[in-house]
Amino acid sequence: MKISLIEYDAGNLPSVERALARQGVACERAATADAVRGAEALILPGVGHFGQLMRTLGARGLIAPLAEAISRGTPLLGICLGLQALFSGSEEAPGDAGLGLYAGQVAALPATAKLPHMGWNQLQRKRASALLEGVPASAYFYFAHSYAVLHQGPGGAAEAAGDAAVATCDHGAEFVAVLEQKNIFAVQFHPEKSAEAGARVLRNFVAHAASLRAAAQSRR
Amino acid sequence: MTLARRIIPCLDTDGERVVKGVQFVNLRDAGDPAALAARYNAEGADELVVLDIAASRDHRPTFLETIRRVAAELAIPLTAGGGVATVAEGRAILRAGADKLTVNTAALRRPELLTELAAEFGSQAVVLAIDAKRVGHRWETFVRGGRDSADRDAVEWASEGASRGAGEILLTSMDRDGTRSGFDIALTAAISEKVGVPVIASGGANVPADFLDVFIAGRADAALAASIFHDAVQGLGDLKRYLAENGVPVRLTR
Repeated sequence: MKISLIEYDAGNLPSVERALARQGVACERAATADAVRGAEALILPGVGHFGQLMRTLGARGLIAPLAEAISRGTPLLGICLGLQALFSGSEEAPGDAGLGLYAGQVAALPATAKLPHMGWNQLQRKRASALLEGVPASAYFYFAHSYAVLHQGPGGAAEAAGDAAVATCDHGAEFVAVLEQKNIFAVQFHPEKSAEAGARVLRNFVAHAASLRAAAQSRR
Repeated sequence: MTLARRIIPCLDTDGERVVKGVQFVNLRDAGDPAALAARYNAEGADELVVLDIAASRDHRPTFLETIRRVAAELAIPLTAGGGVATVAEGRAILRAGADKLTVNTAALRRPELLTELAAEFGSQAVVLAIDAKRVGHRWETFVRGGRDSADRDAVEWASEGASRGAGEILLTSMDRDGTRSGFDIALTAAISEKVGVPVIASGGANVPADFLDVFIAGRADAALAASIFHDAVQGLGDLKRYLAENGVPVRLTR
């Protein structure tokens, strides 16, 4: 199976490409509506600013094709900002709408801890997770962000995600670190920068995307 | 569940080769940054910093190629810098494969650069490097690789830099750099307590107890060293196990 990486200017695309290549996974860049519509599986990588991501996706005409592909069942992995983009909006860019797959707002982490939340942190498992299969409970993942889907408090985004929130992390406040529902997968950390643990998450995504696709084809 | 304290090896290069503190062992091509990067990635480094200490404009394409070669070896974050003065130069470094870039002299000359870089790439990608030296009753900020005083209080400059958009401070004690007499705990604590962004302590690392001191008393979020790692005086795995045994949260890899 081939993975399509959604291409936009601010992305950490080469890092994700290198990480997939190390796992022997074929990937290509998707920069057009047709490429997104035709993808077997999608990754939305993300670093930078919520508003800039949404405006760039909009300017390239990728928002509707992306929403269509997801609703048709195309497996998607959102990374960092790519997780936040699944929600209605973000405090970081009040004027810019997100993809809106989940209601609620991404909010700033509390300034009681040092921000950005930068470095390696551990997860708290809430439910069974396909992405975290075979990953030791004590594993560390690399985070670099100041906004998050807060588990409680402002935004109401975690309530909207409900059971899709399968793991959380804590930095000043508890926030959603791994989100999974049907064909939607997303992580707040950077698997492409998270050494062995991150590589396992990428392999798990590719494996589950392939089995979702096989199941969809056998139904046809 | 706590954010781990980071251990960061640093490669000082002339753009192409590692040039400082090199008495390598067990490496066929000892001065090659990509070979060292691969070794540190495997040994459990939490991040890698690569600096172009010559930072001459002619060498820039060579340094970008070095970043590409180093990034290809890493499954951990990479920070790169040296002489970055514009958003375009910052973009070139990130496009070559760095996750974060450092700025130093140019930010002191024109502090708006930090805001511009943060607006373009996000604060998490902008590291303000500060070279500080004790002068009288304060720590003074130095520029141009430590040659000139900028006549700025380093604690104040760190605070201003963070408020202008830097997402991290890479703090080097010029008094301790290269001395192997331990990190400057007072300087690190003064800046870490003042700013709301993570602080990477640099300069003076020698024995594991120095790292314990800078994390506990110095309140550093990360600690950087070069020669003790290059010379294999200190193994990364042993250092992290020592820190864990002494109650510092670290990412143990094996």
